This record gives sequence, C-alpha cells and structure tokens, in this order.
Amino acid sequence: MSAVMERRETPAAAPVKSRRRWLTRKTAPYVFISPFFILFAVFGLFPLLFTIYLSFHYWDPSTGLGGMKWVGFENFTFVLTDDWFHKSLYNTFWIALVSGVPQHLAAIPLAFFLHTRLSRWRNAVVGLYFLPFITSTVAISLVFTSLFSRDYGLINVLLTQMGQWEVAGLRPLGWVFPTENIDWNDPGYTKWVISFVVWWRYVGWNTVLYLSALQTIPKDLYEAASIDGASRRQQFWHITVPLLRPMMFLAITLSIIGNLQLFEEPFILTGGLGPGGTSIGGPDQAGKTAAMHMYATAYIESDFGTASAVAWLLFLIIAMMTWANNKAFKEKS
Amino acid sequence: MERRIILDPGQWIAFMVVAVGAMIMLGPFYFMFVFATHSNTDILSVPPPVWFGGQFVANVQVLLEKLPYFWNNLGVSFYVAIITTALNLFFCSLAGYAFATYEFRFKNLLFMIVMSTLLIPPFLGMIPTTLIMTLFGWMNEPRALYLPMACSALGVFLMRQYISSAIPRELLEAARMDGCGEFATFRHIVLPLTGPAMGTLGLITFITSWNNFMTPLVVMRDMEMYTVPLALRALQGSGQVPWGAICAGSSIAVAPLLVIFILASRRLIEGMTAGALKG
Repeated sequence: MSAVMERRETPAAAPVKSRRRWLTRKTAPYVFISPFFILFAVFGLFPLLFTIYLSFHYWDPSTGLGGMKWVGFENFTFVLTDDWFHKSLYNTFWIALVSGVPQHLAAIPLAFFLHTRLSRWRNAVVGLYFLPFITSTVAISLVFTSLFSRDYGLINVLLTQMGQWEVAGLRPLGWVFPTENIDWNDPGYTKWVISFVVWWRYVGWNTVLYLSALQTIPKDLYEAASIDGASRRQQFWHITVPLLRPMMFLAITLSIIGNLQLFEEPFILTGGLGPGGTSIGGPDQAGKTAAMHMYATAYIESDFGTASAVAWLLFLIIAMMTWANNKAFKEKS
Repeated sequence: MERRIILDPGQWIAFMVVAVGAMIMLGPFYFMFVFATHSNTDILSVPPPVWFGGQFVANVQVLLEKLPYFWNNLGVSFYVAIITTALNLFFCSLAGYAFATYEFRFKNLLFMIVMSTLLIPPFLGMIPTTLIMTLFGWMNEPRALYLPMACSALGVFLMRQYISSAIPRELLEAARMDGCGEFATFRHIVLPLTGPAMGTLGLITFITSWNNFMTPLVVMRDMEMYTVPLALRALQGSGQVPWGAICAGSSIAVAPLLVIFILASRRLIEGMTAGALKG
C-alpha cells in the first residue's frame, strides 16, 4: 500500500497514467488474458489445424512446403490397414491395462491406509510415493534400464538369489522366482518392464487423488457406522468405496488419457532410436506404442502426412475410450 | 489424547506392505546415486554394490568424454527453465487476476477454453511444433522451448483460484479510488500479495520445463543445444554402455528436483493435483 501512496504523490505518476489511458476497466481484462490466447493460437491451435490439413497430403519435409501432394483419405486408409499401426495399438492397450489397473488397485487401499492409520507420518509417506511422479522420466528410465539389464542387473541378481536359495538341497522358492537370469529385452518381457515402470511412476499420483477425496468424507459417517457395529472392512466397502466413485471416475479417466499416449518411458526403456537411429521399440518392436509409431513415421521415415493421420487417429481413439468410460460409469450408478 | 495403539496381525501386514512399497519407490533413486559413485566394472559385478563408492568424479569425466557439451546442456536446461518460470509467473498471474476480479463479456466461455486446452494430448503437438519452429527458423533456439510454454493453463487456473480467495475486492476498489491505474493496481497491490501461489506455480513450472523431453527431442538438433534429458538419452546406443556415467548424469539431472521436492513437497502436491481436482 505504501508504494501506491508514494506513487500518487510523485509528479511522475501523472504521465504514467495518461500513457495507459487505453487500459480502462473495460479493456484491461482482455489485455491481461491476451498473452495466453495469443500464445495458444500461435503455438497450439494453428499448428493443430495445420496437421489436419497435412494428414490429407503426402509430404516429406526435406522437399519444402511446395512438396505437398493432396492424397485425400489415402493416409488414413493406409494407417488403418497397416499392420505396424495395429501392433503399436495392441502394445499401447496392453501396457495401458497392465500398468493402469494395478495403479488403482494399489492406490485406493494405500490411500485408505494413509488416511485412517497414519497422521504424523502421512505427509512424509505420501511424499515418498509421489516422488517418482516429479522426477525426470528420461533419467529414471535410464536407471531402470540398468537395473533390468540381463547379466548384471540388480533385479536379476535379487530374483535369482531368491530362486537359488537352498534349504536341505531343495529350492523352496524356485517355482516362484527364476533360477537363471531373465533377458528383460526379450519381446516377451518388454511390455512387462514398461508397465512396471509406468505403474511405479503413477501410483503416488493416484494415491494423492484418492487421499484428497477421502479427506472430504465426513468423519461422523464412520463414527455412526462403528456405533452400529460395522467393522473396518465393512466401513471400507460400504462407506468409502461408494463415496470414492466420483474420484475413481476422474482418476481412471486421467489414467486412460495418460496411458494411451505413453511415449517417454517406452522410448527410453526400449533403447531409444536403437543402433543407427533407424529402429524403435526394441526387438520385434514389442515395446512400440502408438505415440512412438507416430514419432517413427514422422522423424525416421520422414512421412509427415501419414504421421499426422496416426496422431489424429490416436486422438480419436483416446476420445472414444474416454467417452466409453464416461458411459460405463454413468450406467452403473 | 495420547493412547497406545495395539496392532493386530492384519495391521502389521498392512504396515509392512506400505513400507516395502516405499522402498520400491525409493530404490531406483538410491541405486542411481550409489551407481554414480562406482566404476563400470564394480556395477557389472555380482552382487552389485549397495553402498556409496568413490568414483563419482571419474564417472563425470567419462560422462564428459561421451557428452562433451554436458555443462552446456545443463546451462541450456537451467536457462530454459528459468525463463519459462519467469514468463509463466508474469503472464499467468496477469490472466488469473483478470479472471478472478474483473467482470467482462465471454468471461466464462474464455475461461472454459483455457481449461479445455489442458485436455489436448502433448503428442498431438509434436509434429506441429517441428513445423512451426522450422517456419520461424527457431530450430536449436532456446526460445522454441520457452515461448510455447510461456503461459500454462494450469498456471492461469492456480492464480485465479488464489487471487479470488486471498485478495479482498475492497482493497482493489480502494486503490482505484486513489487513482491507481489498471496495471498499477495489479503491479503494486495484487502482485505483492500472491507470494505463496507464485511459489507453487514457479516450482511446478520449473520442474515441468526441466523434465520436458518431447519438445526438445523434435526442435534441438545440435548436441550443443541439447537439454539434459536429451543429452542423457544420447548415451544410449551402440557399444559398451557406461552405466556409472549414465547414473552420474541422471543424478545431476534429478538432484535439483530432489532439493525442490524436499523443501516444498506438500505445496507441490497440492498445486499439481489442484488442476485435476477442480478443473
């Protein structure tokens, strides 16, 4: 406040005011929000519309803007009948499901436990679980690549030691744990590894979402239930779960949107661009997601038209899955 | 109300599960730091090291051999993150202030447009970003990274929430009565009072920019202009993988985030989830 007072008294304040006469109470809000809209128009909307245009053309960017050729729906029919696109979609859904479902199955009980059992340590534990969410995906995926490497990776060492553990000449854990090193790069394992890392990264995020929903449930509901003799488990199933439904809907929607566009984790975990920078997705392209397919089409094959078609098809698929999830939740309630 | 809680076996199991889970969450970070201090032969021995060694400097030297521009890359990352943060603090608070305190036509519609841009999946912007930056001639330029992110929808939302709840309208009216112009009111009355929200938004923006991989991947083509994640990715590829150096580089990339997180984890978590919860 004192700054304002001083300003009013200095003679220099008058010219400042007159210079900004165009900034009235009516125009000011539009001026103040304009940076967002200008930036969005230039870097968001215009390019997006341009990719729609591009998806109906054949274009190799090295030929310049003049090299575009109108091809109608050819890019779309090509992508829709392309086995590699089908495979990348299959991989995407596989990973989305195998990493997504356990995320929620772990996050809901964890949030319930944190909410009911911990008070002083709650924030610290939430912080630990949330940490993976804020760290560099690339850095941590590289570390996971090391932990999962075949001959010396820590995860194989741990697993095989459990598997080779002997009691009286028998290996009691041998049927659960491997006795030999697993080649995690094998196409059969790639998606499991990616799913694990994605699960690891987003469990904390989902836990925080559910925890915030739990904190809005009034305490007297539980008190009333326990007076009526409901056990903790009954309280969980009959009070907590129904009241969590709106949050489940939101969190699952976010998981669908996020998991169907996975790029960074699978990209790094499958070795990036591979030797020579020409392959993507690891052996047999077992870890190639749809977003990676789009990237490869544009930046390895230099076919921006087809890549734009892949991008919009994937966008449509995500929109459809979100819509289906919306429908499913509405019908059940 | 101090009372002893006696745990039954089921609760013990629950505590154990949560503790093991926390170890799984922290493990990769721990081993990243441990491996960063060991030579490649140590890391590739069975069993691998589980405690810190003394090879950190040697690993950084290997890293610099493989990535001669690593310090430069670190500089680019810091530069882009700091400019992005500064621009966001200014533009988002200005827009948030307008949405929070002014009445104007199409206000609700415009705000809905802002929020709906949060739903646009980032991968959809990958090809367009390449195109527009080529068009502008901004390939390999830091501005190709900070300008598109200079005003985030989440930031506008956070600032609007904070300003509408924390700044009394009477204060703004009083300033206007005193002859304070529209921008001066923002600059001298509103801005000094937005500290906590600015802190949260600043940290979130810094982290987002620091971790950004997709945009640099398609606009930064010269090794010299790589950001840190991009530089680390370049270590992958043919030949003997220098795990010690990779872990050292990853540690350097993650360290600023850990510091921020330890100082302000609650604020960060609240700010990051606010957009999802109320938007």
